[in-house]
Amino acid sequence: MTATIRLQRDAFDVAAEVERLTRGRTDIGAVVTFTGLARADENGEAIAALTLEHYPGMAETEIARHVDEARARWPLLGVTVIHRYGRIQPGEVIVLVVTASSHREAAFAAASFLMDYLKTRAPFWKQVEKPSGATWVAAKEADDAAAARWSAAAAPTPHRDAAK
Amino acid sequence: MKLLYFAWVRERIGVAEEEIEPPPGIATVGDLVGWLTGRGEGYAYAFENPNVIRAAIDRHHVRADATIGGAREIAFFPPMTGG
Repeated sequence: MTATIRLQRDAFDVAAEVERLTRGRTDIGAVVTFTGLARADENGEAIAALTLEHYPGMAETEIARHVDEARARWPLLGVTVIHRYGRIQPGEVIVLVVTASSHREAAFAAASFLMDYLKTRAPFWKQVEKPSGATWVAAKEADDAAAARWSAAAAPTPHRDAAK
Repeated sequence: MKLLYFAWVRERIGVAEEEIEPPPGIATVGDLVGWLTGRGEGYAYAFENPNVIRAAIDRHHVRADATIGGAREIAFFPPMTGG
């Protein structure tokens, strides 16, 4: 199974990454793509840009751990995770998660799982530029709650390639 | 061992990383935070609310009761806001 994990400063091309994952494959029936974008507001205040700091070394290994967990939980045929760091302007892409499987249930669930974990356990920190100055964004309880539901859900038996 | 600091923890302490030798008796991450707090105003400010501080030993998330013996690298940071 092809897993692509990249950290980079530059923007990525969503269509190109999906194409790269699916090119030549006739076993993939479902591809789910999530793209996270930078908004121009944070907590009701206009922001000019955001900057993502990260822990080099740990960010890649932590994302890889969660991709491995997703592969253990669901019958995936391909996964791509790309996360930018550095200065990002409103409207630009920040993060990409692409999951591929034979059928849609696994692709949807794995993409949602990976995003919930990226929001809470991947070592990145967001700082926003407002007219009043630069401030660090606080982690949201809702993100922790979203990530927790994957632990609360009954641990699945080793996956079977069930038709769904 | 090497200590790494990120985001506002780094800003409050004033350095991104440093090499330290904790004294004997500093066994856990929590002990280490307590010892660092006493090293200066910047550290005290960074660790003023220890409940909010997260840690990683050798690039693995750990809790405050994790032992630090044998660690090569310990990082301190606020709750993460990636994605």
